[in-house]
Amino acid sequence: MRKSSNNKAWWLVVPVLILVAFNAFIPLMTVVNYSLQETFGNNVFFWEGVTWFEQVLRSERFHDALLRQLLFTGMILAIEVPLGISVALSMPRKGPWVSVCLVLMALPLLIPWNVVGAMWNIFALPDIGLLGYSLNSMGFDYNFTQQPVSAWMTTVVMDVWHWTSLIVLLCYAGLCSIPDAYYQAARIDGASAWAVFRYIQLPKMKRVLTIAILLRFMDSFMIYTEPFVLTGGGPGNTTTFLSIDLVKIALGQFDLGPAAAMSLIYFLVVLLICWAFYTIMMRNEEQ
Amino acid sequence: MNKKWILPTFYILFLMLPIYGLLSMSFKTTNEILGGFSFFPQQFTLDNYVKIFTDPTWYNGYINSLIYVVINTVISVAVALPAAYAFSRYRFLGDKHLFFWLLTNRMAPPAVFALPFFQLYSAIELFDTHIAVALAHCLFNIPLAVWILEGFMSGIPKELDETAYLDGYSFWRFFVRIFIPTIAAGIGVAAFFCFMYSWVELLLAKTLTSVNAKPIAATMTRTASTSGYELGLLAAAGSLTIVPGAIVIYFVRNYIAKGFALGRV
Amino acid sequence: MSRIEFKDVRHAYPQPAGQPVQYALKEVNQVWENGGAYALLGPSGCGKTTLLNVISGLLTPSEGEIQFNHRDVTRLPTTERHIAQVFQFPVVYDTMTVFDNLAFPLRNRRMPEARVRERVDEIAEMLDLSDRLHQRASGLTADGKQKISLGRGLVREDVNAILFDEPLTVIDPHLKWQLRSKLKELHQKIGVTMIYVTHDQIEALTFADRVVVMHDGSVVQVGTPVELFNRPRHTFVGYFIGSPGMNVLPCGLENGKPVFANNLLSSGYPADADLSGKLEIGIRPEFVSFCDDGIPVAIEKVEDLGRYQVVTVSHENEQIKMLIGEDEAIPSESPMIRFDPDNLHLYHNDWIVETADA
Repeated sequence: MRKSSNNKAWWLVVPVLILVAFNAFIPLMTVVNYSLQETFGNNVFFWEGVTWFEQVLRSERFHDALLRQLLFTGMILAIEVPLGISVALSMPRKGPWVSVCLVLMALPLLIPWNVVGAMWNIFALPDIGLLGYSLNSMGFDYNFTQQPVSAWMTTVVMDVWHWTSLIVLLCYAGLCSIPDAYYQAARIDGASAWAVFRYIQLPKMKRVLTIAILLRFMDSFMIYTEPFVLTGGGPGNTTTFLSIDLVKIALGQFDLGPAAAMSLIYFLVVLLICWAFYTIMMRNEEQ
Repeated sequence: MNKKWILPTFYILFLMLPIYGLLSMSFKTTNEILGGFSFFPQQFTLDNYVKIFTDPTWYNGYINSLIYVVINTVISVAVALPAAYAFSRYRFLGDKHLFFWLLTNRMAPPAVFALPFFQLYSAIELFDTHIAVALAHCLFNIPLAVWILEGFMSGIPKELDETAYLDGYSFWRFFVRIFIPTIAAGIGVAAFFCFMYSWVELLLAKTLTSVNAKPIAATMTRTASTSGYELGLLAAAGSLTIVPGAIVIYFVRNYIAKGFALGRV
Repeated sequence: MSRIEFKDVRHAYPQPAGQPVQYALKEVNQVWENGGAYALLGPSGCGKTTLLNVISGLLTPSEGEIQFNHRDVTRLPTTERHIAQVFQFPVVYDTMTVFDNLAFPLRNRRMPEARVRERVDEIAEMLDLSDRLHQRASGLTADGKQKISLGRGLVREDVNAILFDEPLTVIDPHLKWQLRSKLKELHQKIGVTMIYVTHDQIEALTFADRVVVMHDGSVVQVGTPVELFNRPRHTFVGYFIGSPGMNVLPCGLENGKPVFANNLLSSGYPADADLSGKLEIGIRPEFVSFCDDGIPVAIEKVEDLGRYQVVTVSHENEQIKMLIGEDEAIPSESPMIRFDPDNLHLYHNDWIVETADA
């Protein structure tokens, strides 16, 4: 769309600016403040410079949490993206079942995150939960509160359960925007199902898929509530992801300096991804 | 024959199973739950629901949640509307940077902000009020609303505005009388998403409240830790949190897909 | 290449239960001769696109049989029918270059790459796309994209027919003319059967050797442009072809002979013809002229179209349009008109009454 230049448009943005800045700047400044100082309580602070940052960046604990985080994000993307695309491809395009599918699929997205955790906790309980009981009675030794592998698997499957629908819905929206003539032309041209996917459906989904993958990337990077309620980060530290670790340090141990430094590093990582996301989006839009 | 229905059917089945587990547990007595697994409730009971609807600490949780969610939705959409219009129609100094900065807030990890938020809202004496949570959720909901609305507005030809101005409409009269009705669907979708994200978020809501504005989700976690293993009650409370989402999603079902694509399909 | 034949083909789209079946195609029997250039002409919603999709196999008709060279292909999938089809809106594969787009149908059929290159170069030459072969197809203008769609049809050597579904809708007027003559030229060069769907009579008449006029799900007439003009078999063809369309006027019967405004119509029709029901005469505006002794009319409107004038006159409640030269004078007092008896047709329930000598 051609836009006209008008600096008065600023006035329309002011309310948004005030509200978001209030919520973003002041807390951010607080965090920066903590990250550079040491306190022993009573609001007495000592200048610490970049000590906390060095400490966090060198600490094994941060490395482990980051590694777990990357592994987790990688795993859920590797499952959710192909699954989401396949489900979207096989969904009906018209008819009464469309609404039913859409509403049922969107349901997990609307459940409070701690309820998702609690639900899966109940679902996976080894002796009385539907999943745990079934797995054990089929002969699998499964106990997510004791075994790291079970805990990991449960966390990953929970995230797949919770968020794959987002990818399905996005891809479905992309697929619905393809005119029938494309499919007809492909049949005339003798294209195989794979060629239809590769040259018609995938290019049309590219944009929404970019949004989907990056949203999933960022949201999974921030994941806190669901694994916290499900496993509490355990057994041991095996499912302690970045956010969980952060809250443990900040509120559990009240180590505000390192926690704040970690927050900022963490935030910068997310910001970097966000910037990449924005650039890709805008380039797509210009095309 | 066409076997395409198989995958979506199994996928939906997979989605429904944990929900069924929750529902079925909510109709069981504590004894039955702890006594072992059963697919259907053997001693069907509504006690858990009765308790929630009669005990104020429980039902107040729902009321609190609904109050701040609604306040947040109204604020977010109301301030996002003019801003989204500005972004979709005009170029102005720093517009791109501003848009990007807004997006970064949608992507800020709530865990980073939990503690500073607590201090901030304590300092301005809003701690444990509905408005505190509603304002805090603006952090990610306003950028989201701006983004979705901007997507929808960009789909409306600029000629609509120009015609209205030629017909002698003032900006605000045009905006309220013509433009807002035109993008009603987009507003519905944006409101839906604000509702949803405010409804599902817990970390900030829990941090900013203690008693008076405690959300249902927090009531649940605290009950879980204090009253031992009342799984049936917990399951019933969880099942009830699905209801508002299911209701609002029904109304926007035809726009969900487009909304998740942030209006950009 | 082949001869395509429709035998009692009918098609109805699926409908909500409980409603009477509505046929989009009502019993079509039609032969498309090998190598012909056909235009399928008719208003929107008359079943043209349905008919085209039945040929290409995108639709399977509810009843009837389709034969290619006397072989039944009714149940054959699109790919095995060797049909090319160009759609109303250009379809290009955005992510591919122009070359890859043109090569796509060939590669799907596993043609050796060297041969693919040869064919694509040849077709690109024909369509003036050679200099843009390695550009991304998404960057082309609408007519460039439509040329690609066209090229994907032409590039195949095995096609039985090429079908065009209003292919020039999105093209600018001056390019329209260019592309149309290109099509005509291509038809002469490669001699494959072409069926061209359009609702624009000029397009149809300039492109085709034979025009198939459709109306409400049926084929009402097949003929050369001249035949359609001179002897419309159905009143609809009279209306639809020619500008302005044919005058269709109700007429009465007197002593078993059709009569309009006391003018006995003497043209020969079989004496045993059944003339009960709706009876009309049809006369093209070109064959109505002023005279000294004829049907008295009142002049309603004169439109000057440059080289000729369209005059609307009325007799009692009937409006009659006539086409006269630009210099011809219009009588100011008690004008009278006459119909050229050689070009006057009699229609019974909308169908022409065949003259005895025809």
